[in-house]
Formats: sequence, structure tokens, C-alpha cells
Amino acid sequence: MTQHAIELFDASLPPVDRGEVLRYLRARESGEVDALIEDCLAECEGALTGAGVCYCRAELRFENGFAVIFGQTIESHDLARALAGCREVLLLGATVGVGMDRLIAKYSRLCPSRALCLDAIGDERIEALCDAFCAQMQQKTGSTLGMRFSPGYGDLPLSYQRELFAILDCPRKIGLTLGESLLMSPSKSVTALVGIS
Amino acid sequence: MHILEFMKEHLVLLDGGMGTLLQAKGLAAGELPERWNLAYPERITEVHRAYFDAGSHIVSTNTFGANTLHYTSAELEEIIPAAVENARRAQRETVGTQPTFVALDIGPTGRLLSPFGDLDFEDAVSIFATTVEIGVRAGVDLILIETMNDSYETKAALLAAKEHSTLPVFVSNAYGEDGKLMTGATPSVMAAMLEGLGADAIGVNCSRGPAALLPIATELVARTSRPIFLKPNAGLPHIENGRTVYDVSPEAFAECVKLAVGNGVRAVGGCCGTTPEYIRALSQAVGAMTPLPIEKKSESVVTSYASSVSFGKTPVLIGERINPTGKKRFRQALIEHDIDYVLREAFRQETNGAHVLDVNVGTPEVDEASLLCEITRELQAVCALPLQLDTADPVAMERALRVYNGKALINSVNGKKESMEQIFPLAKKYGGVVVALTLDENGIPETAQGRVEIARRILEAAAEYGIDKKDLLFDPLTLTVSADANAARVTLEAVERIRNELGCNTSLGVSNVSFGLPRREMLNSTFFSMALERGLSAAILNPDSQDMMRAYYAFCALSGSDAQCASYIAFAEKCPMPSNTTAVATESKEAVPTDGGSELQNAIRKGRCESAKKEAKRLLESVSPTDLIAHWIVPALDAVGKGFEEKRVYLPQLLMSAEAAKAAFEEVKCALLKDGSHAKARGLSVVIATVKGDIHDIGKNIVRLLLENYGFEVLDLGKDVEPARILDAARERSASLVCLSALMTTTLPAMEETVRLLHDALPQCKVAVGGAVLNGEYAHRMGADFYSADAMGAVRYAESLSGTERGK
Repeated sequence: MTQHAIELFDASLPPVDRGEVLRYLRARESGEVDALIEDCLAECEGALTGAGVCYCRAELRFENGFAVIFGQTIESHDLARALAGCREVLLLGATVGVGMDRLIAKYSRLCPSRALCLDAIGDERIEALCDAFCAQMQQKTGSTLGMRFSPGYGDLPLSYQRELFAILDCPRKIGLTLGESLLMSPSKSVTALVGIS
Repeated sequence: MHILEFMKEHLVLLDGGMGTLLQAKGLAAGELPERWNLAYPERITEVHRAYFDAGSHIVSTNTFGANTLHYTSAELEEIIPAAVENARRAQRETVGTQPTFVALDIGPTGRLLSPFGDLDFEDAVSIFATTVEIGVRAGVDLILIETMNDSYETKAALLAAKEHSTLPVFVSNAYGEDGKLMTGATPSVMAAMLEGLGADAIGVNCSRGPAALLPIATELVARTSRPIFLKPNAGLPHIENGRTVYDVSPEAFAECVKLAVGNGVRAVGGCCGTTPEYIRALSQAVGAMTPLPIEKKSESVVTSYASSVSFGKTPVLIGERINPTGKKRFRQALIEHDIDYVLREAFRQETNGAHVLDVNVGTPEVDEASLLCEITRELQAVCALPLQLDTADPVAMERALRVYNGKALINSVNGKKESMEQIFPLAKKYGGVVVALTLDENGIPETAQGRVEIARRILEAAAEYGIDKKDLLFDPLTLTVSADANAARVTLEAVERIRNELGCNTSLGVSNVSFGLPRREMLNSTFFSMALERGLSAAILNPDSQDMMRAYYAFCALSGSDAQCASYIAFAEKCPMPSNTTAVATESKEAVPTDGGSELQNAIRKGRCESAKKEAKRLLESVSPTDLIAHWIVPALDAVGKGFEEKRVYLPQLLMSAEAAKAAFEEVKCALLKDGSHAKARGLSVVIATVKGDIHDIGKNIVRLLLENYGFEVLDLGKDVEPARILDAARERSASLVCLSALMTTTLPAMEETVRLLHDALPQCKVAVGGAVLNGEYAHRMGADFYSADAMGAVRYAESLSGTERGK
């Protein structure tokens, strides 16, 4: 049996894509909004030091049309479809850290327009982090990575988070925790399964 | 032999990793390792024994995750005693001849504490308490709290250990690559906090390899008088031929850890990836070394969750504005439970240069203990400055100290027997630096000599409680020179003598000196400069006062405590303070027409807080507050709201306008308070909350802001709110509308339950719902009266209800 090892990704964040921030903000460019975004970007520079990605690779087989990972059958047709044709799967947990939540909470009380903007920046950052990670893994493995498939997508129940957290040891590895209602804290975080083909 | 006795003379070897070894023995991915204490006791004993054989003095039980979040209490009653017995058996069977001990191992819960996670602080304390109680009953020699990456959870665990056992407690944190805990604490913060809470040894473990943890361990040695321990990983893991390999060899590991021992670390072992082989290498490398003696530290430190402030070097500024005394508007905010107002006071002082914030919320109309507790929690969630908890009520003090995430300033104790008997036990239990006023049963002595004598008595009494002089900050009391020409002179002499004769730090509330005199700032700032020159360590003052800040920065530059005058220059450059106007917009791409209408309306449309505030103030000289709302503010907001509904204006712009309107409202409120009348709400009382289980509240806060802007009286219950609490509040307020928000599918049942509860008990009260996972159909199915897709929808619904009510 392959031993299951959790590795850490050296999480250096790529530059911010302002277009993406605007998209998450559901706003169009304007003097006021641009100024707001620039202010917020300056403010969150120091707030992203807690970013981290932990991951592990696992063999993948299929039984009765369902994916089997670490000997466990995951009863989701949509996941099986997303992983079809792959022999290995990447399990990942990623977070930009609690600093972003602190900033959002602060401005949520003080200035909600800023909170909204920081929230959009947080969304952009966590996606950028995952993209950077996947790009590097693609290079490292010399293979193609599939889409990031997260618990709650399609018919993969949200409760699969518990399994993922247990396998990846997210709290210890990157400080990512799972609440009683399956809400992740810090809030700007992602867990996902990615097929390697 | 007692472990602490043994530790005085000997270097202590701890054990290494457990998880990696159990994986090698067949533990599956995601399987709970603690179950193996019962399923495969011999395998666990084997691991412990290998560590004892390799030279470990202390092994820790296989109970890292043995808590009530992962197991039932009944399971724990079997698992923990079995784990202890597995270690005890190894202890009996080892071939090692060294003295051996068994530690009850306690790891983090895996959940983040509130407010950023959903685990309440006291619930965390209870979870740890259960593990501690069972472990202590099973018979261990000490408790090891380890791998904690959050200061607040560390405090919960340590409190539980101290409250439910008398055993020595070793506490160790996992630091990230930036040298801080995941939630922001530096080693110096943890050193002060853990020493204050009575940890018997303080450490660093897990995280990374020994080279990366060496500077952290060394800093801990420099910061506390407690023994320091180090348990690094064997470097970083990677996969080689299907096997996990760590990149630091046992020999390299031992060589590096040896350096730490040379720097004063007194106990060493390993964490992830380390094996008995590493401990054997360690034993060979350091076994013959004698630990360095512990130097007693005299640095006086308070901390928040993230930063520490030390007294005795650069003078410390304690912001005094969070205090209702003599402040009508602040008192009003406390009575109305307007926490945001308090937070704004905090942020302004922080921006203006305060190092610590005094927090006093005592006013007869409120339950001080609850409010102090609540505001302490709110402040420490979003503000990184240490707090000075300021209350005369010992119950309020204890509750606030308990929830405080750091080492607080405690304001205050005095020379009266009763005061010392109330405050010192709290300071001993929770840690903190205590402000000590030099007065006693006979009042304030008129001479400096008399005040120094009281200080000396307080010092002696504190020592009896085990409180060191570094944890006292003497306030020799400022009296006004208008009543006694010698008042300032006596205070200044006492400052100097307490510093020179007792070697203690001092603090003064500066502004009392000018009471009853005109142009007080002139006297205050000069007195402040004089006191600083006599060695004052800290002052409680108003950081918004230009005069005081000028005196402070000038003193620092002139006394050699401001290298290259950097702080002075930075202050001078922004002096006088620029206004806080943000977002100066270009004139192109106007989404909202700005032609016509007053300056105030333009400011609101363009979202300029400062000018909205200024204009409102100007207009209030000639316009009545109610007219200002009806004819200026609301129409301007409405124009922006319409723009939003017609999709010409986007949410960030709508919010910026709402914030500008709020700034104008603040002026209206002050004007009304001056008149002695109250703001008239628009008939409709609204209660708003994010439902149980949900901890994200951006959407809810947006709805609240807009509702308030439209003149509705809104009670915000916050996030993660129990259905019953929402019902109670709605009933108490006779609310006509309750707004509920939910983000997760998993919290919809809580929303549904809340709706049902409200409808059953208060049929006349309408319930509006919103949030990312909802739609109109689902909202209807759960019985809500209204579903709002965005914030304006909620406003329009409230307006329609308000119209109906008026029509009645």
C-alpha cells in the first residue's frame, strides 16, 4: 500500500488580478470603485501571511461507477465523471489565512463597502492560490490536472468535507478548520479533489 | 521524583513523532489514531518503549485528539486510561535506566474559536477540561499541551489544565513560516501570555525543521523565566518511491537541536517525522550537557493576540476615549448597545498613535460585567492593540480577564486591603500587569513620601500572591494644581522615587492636573513632558489631542528613544492630521447624476464620508435634525438606491453612499442629544441576525446599514444566533420585522426553525430572509413572509410594512 503523505506547497501568491476582483465585486470600473480597490489592496498586504496549501496524492480506482480513494468508495456520479480516465487523484486544502477574515470583520463594522471589497479580494486570492498550486503540480507531475471538484458540487455531499479534513489533517497542516455546520474557517479557503491524467 | 525537580538540574529528553510511526504500522488515512490505544495496545506500547529505550525522560500519551469533539465521553473514559496504561507499561518494561515520566498529551480541537470559527471559548475550556479530568484520574505525571496554532485556544487548554489539576503543565505552540502562530501571535506574545497564565514550561513544536525553530526557541528563552522546550519536525515531508521521507537526518537534527541547548533550551525532543533513532542521536549529542541556568527576566509586558507592548523603554500611550465619564454621546452609545460606535473610538485612537486602549464601560444603565466582556471580545477580534481593562467591579474584571486573548493591563488595585484581596488573585490566575494606585484606607497621601510607602506595601502584598514587581505599574495619582499649587510637584517626585527606589514602572492619568482651569491642553502637555523627563513609563491620555501627541513625539526625539527621529518626522509630516477622506473620484463615468441638489446630497451620492459629515454639521445650524433627514439625506440615498435597483449603480457604490449618509446621521444624532431629545425612528422596529451555525455576516451588515439609513430602528443580534434568542429579542422589542440571513445549505434548517418559532409565538411579526443559498421558492417553502435577493429589497419591504402600520 502506498503510504499517505501530506505535503505542503510553498504558497507564494501571484500578483492580484484587478479584473477578477471587479468580477467578484460584481461592479464595473469607476473612479470610486477603483480607488476603493486600491485602498483595500494596500491594506491587505500584511494580512495574507497565513496562506497555505496542503495536499496528498492517492491512487484512484473505480468500482461500480464510483471513485475509490484510500479504500473508500465515494458515492457521487458527478465526482466519478470529473475524475474519469484518471489513475491518480490530488486531494488539496488551501487557505489565505485568518488575517483576511479579521480585516473583513473589522470593516464590516466600520465601513461595509470596504468589507465587500476585501471579501472580493479574498475570493480572488484563494482562487489565485489554487491556480498557482495546480500550475506547479502540473509541471511537477508532467501530467494534466482536471478541474477542482469540491464537496458540495453536484451530488458530492458537503459532508465529504469531514473525510477530506481527516485525510489531509488541515487544522494542523495549514490552520484550516471545519465547523459544526461544515463551514470552513478561515472563510477564504478551498478543499478539492483534482484528477491527474 | 517530581518532573519540575528533576528539570532544575537536568536536561530533559522528550519523545518524538507518533503519527508517522503508527502509519508505518498500518494506520489508515483519516483513521483516528487514539482508537489504537484499545485496538492495538501492544503497538502503542512498543512506540513508547522505543522512545524510553532511546533515552527519553518523558513520553506523551497517544491522546492528541482525544477530546469530546471526536469521541463520546464514554469512549474517552476507555481510550484515555488505556493510553496512559500503554505508556506506563512501556515505562515498566524499558531497558533505559534514566528517570522516566508520562505526560498526558493534548492537541488542538481542530476547530477555530469564535468569532472567526464557531467554537465558543468556554466550550473549548470544557472540552479540554473533560480530557484533563479523565487523564488526571488515570494517573499521569504532567500535562503536555502541544501543537497549538492559536493563542486563544492555547489559553482555553491551559486554563482547563490549571482548573482541573495540580500537575505541571507544559505548553507548546506551532509557529508558521513567518515566525507567528496562525492567528498572529509572536513568540514574545506567547511567552508573556503563557507565563502569566502559569504554564510550567513553554515550548515550540511541529511547524518545521530544527533550524527554522531555533530562533523561536531562543527568543522564548530571552522572554520568560520559565524553562523552554523544543520539539521540531524532521524537516519537510516528501514522497520518495511511495514512502514519506523527511529531509533532515537524525544526526543533522541532533546537531541543530544541540545549538538550542547551548542557547538555554532545557528540554528537547522531536515531532512529525522523528523516530526513536532521532531521540537516540539527540541523546548522544546533548545527553552529557548541563542546561544553562535560567535568568530571571524583569521586562514588564502586556499583549493582545498579536502584539506586545513593554514598559520602561519608550513611554507607552494608553488611549482613554473608551470611557463614558463626561461623554454624553459615548454613554448614549453604551445604553443603545451601539458596539460599532465603541469600535470606531478604538480605531481612531489606534490611527492616532495609542499603544494600549483603556476600556471602561461602567454606567448605571448597563450590566457592566456583560458589556465589558462583550466589548473585550469585539475589540480583540478586530483591533491588535493590547487592552487595559478598567472597572471597579471585580466580577466584571474576572469575566473580562477570562475572555481576554492576551496578557491585559488590569486597572486597578490600590493600597486598601479589600482591593488587593479582590484583584491580586485574579492577576495571579489570568496573568496581567496591574495598575496600582498609591492610595489606601486613609485616602491619597499629600506627600510623595506617603505615596511611595503605599507603593512599597502594595509591592510586598503582591509578592505574597506570587506576583512579581514587573507585573505592577504604579500610578502615584495626578491631582489638580487649581486646588493645590504643589499637587503636580508631589506627583512628579513620586514618579521619580518609585522608579529609582523601587525599580518599578509608573503610569499617570495626565489630564487631571488642569481640572478647573482654562485652556487645559497647555497645562496637560507641559505636565506630561515634565513627567516623562522624571521617568514616567506610561500615560493615560487622549491620543486625538494634538498637544499631547506633540509633547510625546518631541520628548521621544529629544530623549534619544527615537532612532533617527523617525517617529517624530513621520508625525510632523502629517501634523495637523489630514482628514480621513477616501476615494477621491474622477469625474468621468458618472453613474449617479450629481447636478443639482446640495453639497450634502452630492457628498452622499459620491460616498464621501468626511464632506457629508461636515455639510451635515453646517446645515444643522439652520435646519432642524428631522428636516435634514427627510429633505436632504433620505432623498439623496433614495436616488442612489433607485440607481442600484435599475442596475446603474453597483453595490460598492451603494454602500459608500450609505456610509456617507451614516456619517451625516451621526451629526444628526449629536444635535439631537444636545437638544435632549431622541432620534425618532420610523415606527417600525426591526431585529436582524445571521442564523445559528453561520458565522459570515457581510450580507447581514449591509442590510442593517441600509435599514438604519432609511431611519428604521434596528437591533443587530450578530451571527451564529440561537433561534430562541432571536425570538426573545423580537418579543422584547415588539419587532414588526425580523430579518434572517444564511450562507450555507447546512444552516437552512436553523433558519427554518427560527421562522417557525417566530411565527408560532409572534404571528404579527413578519420574517424576511436572504442569503447566498436561498431563493424565493425555498424561502416560501420554509414559511418566510418575504425573500429579498438584495439589500434594497429588504429596505423596500420594511418601507411597505411601515406604510401599512401608519395606515392603521
